[in-house]
Amino acid sequence: MGDLLTSFLSGPVPLEAYLGLSLIMFFAGIYGFLSRKSLLMILISIELMLNAADINFVVFNRYLYPSHLEGFYFALFTIAIAACETAVAIAIIINIYRNLSNVDVENINEMKE
Amino acid sequence: MQYTILILVLPLLSFIVLGLVDSKWKPRVAGTIGTVVLGIITALSYYTAWEYFSLHRIAGVYEKVIPVNVEWLRFTDLLHINLGILLDPISVMMLVVITTVSFMVNIYSLGYMLNEKGFERYYAFLSLFTFSMLGLVIATNIFQMYIFWELVGVSSYLLIGFYYTKPSAIAASKKAFIVTRFADLGFLIGILVLSFYTKTFDFGTLTSGNPAVFAGTVGQTFMGYSVLSWAMALIFIGGAGKSAMFPLHIWLPDAMEGPTPVSALIHAATMVVAGVFLVARLFPVYVTYTPDVLHGIAYVGAFTSLFAAVIACVQTDIKRVLAFSTISQIGFMMVALGVSGSGGTEGTGYMASMFHLFTHAMFKALLFLGAGSVIHAVHSNEMNHMGGLRKYMPITNWTFLIACLAIAGIPPFSGFFSKDEILSACYEYSPYMGATMTFIAALTAFYMFRLYYSIFWGKEHKHEHTPHESPFAMALPLVFLATVTVFAGWIPFGHFVTSDRANYDIHLDLTVASVSVIIALCSIGLATFMYRKESQVPKKLATTFAGLHSAASHRFYIDEVYLFVTKKIIFNNISRPLAWFDRHVIDATMNGFAATSQWVSLKIKSFQSGQIQQYAYVFLLGTLVITLLVLFI
Repeated sequence: MGDLLTSFLSGPVPLEAYLGLSLIMFFAGIYGFLSRKSLLMILISIELMLNAADINFVVFNRYLYPSHLEGFYFALFTIAIAACETAVAIAIIINIYRNLSNVDVENINEMKE
Repeated sequence: MQYTILILVLPLLSFIVLGLVDSKWKPRVAGTIGTVVLGIITALSYYTAWEYFSLHRIAGVYEKVIPVNVEWLRFTDLLHINLGILLDPISVMMLVVITTVSFMVNIYSLGYMLNEKGFERYYAFLSLFTFSMLGLVIATNIFQMYIFWELVGVSSYLLIGFYYTKPSAIAASKKAFIVTRFADLGFLIGILVLSFYTKTFDFGTLTSGNPAVFAGTVGQTFMGYSVLSWAMALIFIGGAGKSAMFPLHIWLPDAMEGPTPVSALIHAATMVVAGVFLVARLFPVYVTYTPDVLHGIAYVGAFTSLFAAVIACVQTDIKRVLAFSTISQIGFMMVALGVSGSGGTEGTGYMASMFHLFTHAMFKALLFLGAGSVIHAVHSNEMNHMGGLRKYMPITNWTFLIACLAIAGIPPFSGFFSKDEILSACYEYSPYMGATMTFIAALTAFYMFRLYYSIFWGKEHKHEHTPHESPFAMALPLVFLATVTVFAGWIPFGHFVTSDRANYDIHLDLTVASVSVIIALCSIGLATFMYRKESQVPKKLATTFAGLHSAASHRFYIDEVYLFVTKKIIFNNISRPLAWFDRHVIDATMNGFAATSQWVSLKIKSFQSGQIQQYAYVFLLGTLVITLLVLFI
């Protein structure tokens, strides 16, 4: 136990640590997505899940194929797309707010039936 | 003679164009188009007749020409339906009759129907009718004939119901359609039975006289009669329906609800003789293989003829008188076919029947158009509202008189020649048949002159406005048809149409001719005595024979019998239980399916909440389950 802790603190950061972080981020995102009622919070949760995926890309690239760069570029790519997606989503949310004065998902059922 | 296809195509085109354009063009334009097209095909038909009768005679016998014959539906090698054009003496004669009468009616309608609502629709339907009727007569096979047969029925239905706001017209059109459809069921079964045993629809093969064609029917019997007899009798039932033979005649008097020119065209000259044409078309089969059926046709025709003539004597609606007279005259044609043999003198009946068809079409169309002219002037169908019209309508008067003389069989008008041939054929068959038909001819002369005197002579009825002669468009067809009626009798008909398509010289049987003329003159004299001046004799006779008179004016209660059978027996015992079964079993089953699926949908509806988080939750659970399955199994 002491050895593990020592090597954990002194050596390079192990792969499992990164994966554990991304796992926590991802499920935090899922939890947020399922439980939050505000559209903004749901959007933030989605971002959290995307970032967890980005971390996985980068980490696997770094540890498995250090000479290649595809994983890094893919992460950059995802960040750019996430930014666009957020912009669109925020625009929609603002419009919903203007119309309904409210961004609660459960209240958005005007178009149903 | 490929161009004959135009005779069919042009009226169809005219129907489509007039039907699509409807009221977008001025009424006169539609009428003119319809009439001009009819004029063109009339000219074409005359040219066809001239070419056929002058060029297609081989060794004294007219050949059958089939300029067009395409395979239309091919089910198997054996079962295929062709469409084509068959030209032989009777079909060419019918082309001439149909186009002539149709053309005259088209011209006449320009005057008669001018201010009616739906003038374009009327012309479109007239074109449709002409197309169907022409298709019927030139059919190369029995199935093609059946198709056009039904088309003729439809156009008749449409034209009888032309005044569709009038309940009686609607009822009449439905009656005509249902009665003829009912008869056509027999026709269809007959066609199927006949073609099942002979393996062909083709008229050429059926009437070729080759016994091999009917080899399949030998020894096949059903309920004591050969299947061929059944087939031919069923086919005749189809013909009887269209030609208004007893007891399927009930639709024709009611069909007079249609516009008068339509009655002239369809219910006097062309469609109602389709049954006669059908029997004539299959005549070689009837005469060679099923003479019993042919004799049956003769008796049906004779009875119908007598029956209708008696009724015609007491009707007061002038169009109904003419309708019953038409039934009676078609009976004459049927009798003539029924008593005929094949070839030479034996075949006089066949020739006489076709001759009478030709002359009757002309003078009966003339009578109807004349009646239309009278109705146009006095705005009533009832005899009581007429009388003394000869001073106001000289052209109608004279042409009507000519037609009456023709139908009464007075020489030298056309009816005399054809009726005389029929009578001598009947005497040759049996003296009783001949005597019966002579008696009917006498009745014919009587009721026609009763009609004539009631309209043009007798006591003058007070009119709201003075009756006037009809416009030129209406007078022209009257004069033309009257001219034809005067001279058509001199056509050497035996040179053109005979049972074996060979030449036959008509010779008048002087005894028969003189007897029938004398009897006809006596009848006319009687009618003159009774109806020319107002007299009490008809009333006295009516009270003396009160039973007969009232039975005849109620058309011997045949309609009531039909109503009783349909409404009381068929509706109550068959239709109502069927309707109950339909509502409570078939509909209920279907409604059950619908109700069940609705119930299920309501139950599972809540799964589709529209809440994205709920979906995501289900999705997540599913993913987890699949992951666990993949990991541990």
